[in-house]
Order: sequence, then C-alpha cells, then structure tokens
Amino acid sequence: MLSAAGCGLSRPEAGYGLEAPVQHHRFSPYTFNGGTVLAIAGEDFCIVASDTRLSEGYSIHSRDSPKCYKLTERTVIGCTGFHGDCLTLTKIIEARLKMYKHSNNKTMTTGAIAAMLSTILYSRRFFPYYVYNIIGGLDEEGKGAVYSFDPVGSYERDNFKAGGSASAMLQPLLDNQIGFKNMQNVEHVPLTLEKALQLVKDVFISAAERDVYTGDALKICIVTKDGIKEQTIQLRKD
Amino acid sequence: MALASVLRAELAEFSPNFPKNFPKNFPKNFPEDFPDDSEGIPEILRDPPGPPRVLAAPPWGFEAEPEGPGLQILHGTTTLAFKTPHGVTVAVDSRATAGSYIASQSVRKVLPIGGRMLGTMAGGAADCAFWQRLVARQCRVQELRNKEPVSVAAASKLLANLVYQYKGLGLSLGTMLCGWDKRGPGLYYVDSEGQRVAGAAFAVGSGSSYAYGVLDRGLAAAARSEEAACELARRAIAQAAHRDAYSGGCVRVMHVGPEGWREVSHHDIAELQDKYLEA
Repeated sequence: MLSAAGCGLSRPEAGYGLEAPVQHHRFSPYTFNGGTVLAIAGEDFCIVASDTRLSEGYSIHSRDSPKCYKLTERTVIGCTGFHGDCLTLTKIIEARLKMYKHSNNKTMTTGAIAAMLSTILYSRRFFPYYVYNIIGGLDEEGKGAVYSFDPVGSYERDNFKAGGSASAMLQPLLDNQIGFKNMQNVEHVPLTLEKALQLVKDVFISAAERDVYTGDALKICIVTKDGIKEQTIQLRKD
Repeated sequence: MALASVLRAELAEFSPNFPKNFPKNFPKNFPEDFPDDSEGIPEILRDPPGPPRVLAAPPWGFEAEPEGPGLQILHGTTTLAFKTPHGVTVAVDSRATAGSYIASQSVRKVLPIGGRMLGTMAGGAADCAFWQRLVARQCRVQELRNKEPVSVAAASKLLANLVYQYKGLGLSLGTMLCGWDKRGPGLYYVDSEGQRVAGAAFAVGSGSSYAYGVLDRGLAAAARSEEAACELARRAIAQAAHRDAYSGGCVRVMHVGPEGWREVSHHDIAELQDKYLEA
C-alpha cells in the first residue's frame, strides 16, 4: 500500500477579498508516525523502552513496530518521529559501526556512538532526519549512560530522558520520581533495577491512557554488563 | 562547502588511495585538496554533488524552513561576557527549548576551544555545538603548525568565515569567543548573519536585553575585583532568567585569565532568585 506523506494546506487567500478558502495540497516528504521512547540510566544498568504502535493520521499501521534498535552488546538506540527516516538512520548507524569495527578492531563505545550520531544528523542540517533519538547503554566504566538528541544533532548526556509523542507527559513525572525535583524532605536513594522497571511500566501505562499515538505494547531492553535482555508488556490497544 | 568537505575528510581513511599516498604526498591544504574518490564510499553516505540541495529550487516547492510537521530544534538562551583587567568573565544559563517545551535544564552552553579560549552558545544548539567543535579542531591544527597558541581574533575570524558560506540558509548562531592571548583579554561576538565585532561587553540571546540592564549598571564596579565581576555576571543572568521565559535552569560562571579558563561557580537559578528578589 502506498502511504502518502502528509499534505499541507495553506491559509485562505486574502488578496482579492475572496471569502472561500483556497486549498493548495503540497507534497511533504515528512509524516509523523508517533511513538514514545524512554531511557533511564542506573549505577550499573540502563533501560531503553518504547511502545510498539506505528500510526499515521487517524490510522494504525502496525501494533508490533518497536522503536528500540540494538546497536552493540552495550548500546541500544530508540528512534521516534518519521519511520522512514528512523529506518534509514539506523541503517547508516549500523554501517558506520561495522566500518569502525573493521578499521579499529574494536566495538564503538556508547559515548563514541553518540558523538558520531551528532555529526550524522548535522550532515543533514538543511533537510533534517525527522527523528528524535535517545541512546542508552553502558559507558566505559560500566555505568549507565543516556544520550538524548534533537533532530539536527544537538546532544547531551542525561540520567533519564523521554522522547517522542508523549515525552512532554512523561518527562515531568520522571523529573519528580527519579530526579526528586519539587520534593522536599525526601531521601535521595539510588535507583535499583527493579524500581526502575516498575517505573517504566507505570509511566507507559499512563502515557497510553492520554496519548493517542502511544499504546499496544511496551518493549523494554535492559542493558547490563551481562548483555541485553528484552521484555514485552501489553498496553491498551484502543 | 566547509560542511561537505569536513564530512568527506572524516571518511578519508576508507578511501582506496589513502595508505599509498600517505605521508609523502599528503596534500598541503587538507581536507580541501584531498582526492575526491568518493566512489569507494557507499552511495548513501556520500555527499550529493554540488552545493547543499533543497533551498534553491526544490521540485516540491519547500518554504525557506524545510522542517516538517512539528520538527523543532533547540533554541533560546541568555549568555554574556565582559572584559576586566583580570581577564574575561563569562556567564550562561542552561535552558534549551524546542518550541514551547523545555527540552533540557542542564545544557552546557560554554564550549572550550583549546585551554585558553571559551565559546558561548546561543541560537540553534546543534549549530553552535557543531561549528565551535570544528573551529576548536581548526585552532588545534593551527597551533601545531605555528607552534603558538591561536589568537582570539584569528579563531573568531575562522568561525565567522565558516558560517558566512551558509548565510541565508537558516543557520542560527550567536556566539562570543572569549580568551586570553598575547594582546591580553580578547572578546569577539560572531553570528550567523556574518557579524564579527570586538568589544568590551556583550549579552547574547533572547534574554540579552534584560541582562544588559543589569550588566551596564555594574560594569565600572566589576573592574575592581574578579569576585565582583563574577557576582555581577551571575546576577545579570539570574535577572534575565526571571524575565525571559526561554532562559533558566542554572547559571554557570567561568573566567578566562592568562593561565587559561576555569569554572568559577554553578548555581541553580531557583536558589539565586530567593537571594536577589527578596526585596
């Protein structure tokens, strides 16, 4: 099925005092496919989670389209936005990882992948990849690392980040529960893996309640020094 | 164009001619003179021939800002820097916004360029980070060639000339280069419109007008001591963050002196506002 990228409509022409709206359908190379990604870094683990719904406009194309992609044994990337650009971008990253491995005889570290992704995104500064990326993995010392990006390559290392359609709903909740923002007289306990997993499940259940683009199922990738484990939890399908 | 040639240079080691020609035939003006045998590089990673496409006459008639539905890149800030007899005092906020969403409250808006220079970041976050990193690399190469630290005037000119090639294409960059070189303290303002001005004090960003108000009042007194200068810078950012919706987070104050740059302090604006607005 050919899926048409979204058509844009312009404002009514005011020049000749026309009252009837004139619609110009313009081709847009972008469309918005929805989805939410979340990454949390712990002391010796990192969690990258995404929902699996792929939508366009009012339709759902797929209920089983996860947005986490495994890059190395220590790094996972979550990509949401325009699915076409997500696919191409992950192909390019995987190719660059192989090239690095062949010429340097070692796997790229999480921080190096983040720096490389920044230049890949910026190389398309004037026709951007419409992708919101979050990289999660372990750094060289074995600690959890999360790197969040904007579509043209600006990036930053965080402890936790939500990206995608429900990011504005999830990020404040994480700021409060993991960052202890706006909480008084509370002990700053370090985050355990069990508590982080429970939090991830809870926030996605909440996001599925209030965001139309999020739902169907939740895929969680847990990165530890023993490798990457995956879990799938069902969410609301409506 | 600078962007294309830099990215080609990064993949230089994958070119089939690379080991044979290195180092005897190493081109004098690397990377511009590097043989363009991009056939070795996969099609999808290669630059398209000619200048960057899209904005001249795209087939589907794009507007000047080809950023699809809801594509929002990070903007908004207050940064300032001023010269004193002890060096250059720099202060920045740490908020990054994408449209009306606050994407981050902990962005580092001061980027070191070598050990003796700092560049501030205002406007598009990716633009500032990318071009300043490129200038830092260029400065290092120049230092190695000339066996002398690069001057602030030279570094600012490098940056200004790089971004001027992209004038009108939508880059958003408003940066101050602050450093100490053989002429003493140096402060230049460079932006994506092609401006490059030297001066004694600048405030840049969406909150700059508010910062100027506080800054101009205390500049004479700030020359007395480094402590007073840092306090003035901190206050100016805090006041700007109070009035400008797009500035906030924390204030980072840094100082560049003859021995190099160092971070002076780092405060959350919420704590500072209790102190400054108690009247």
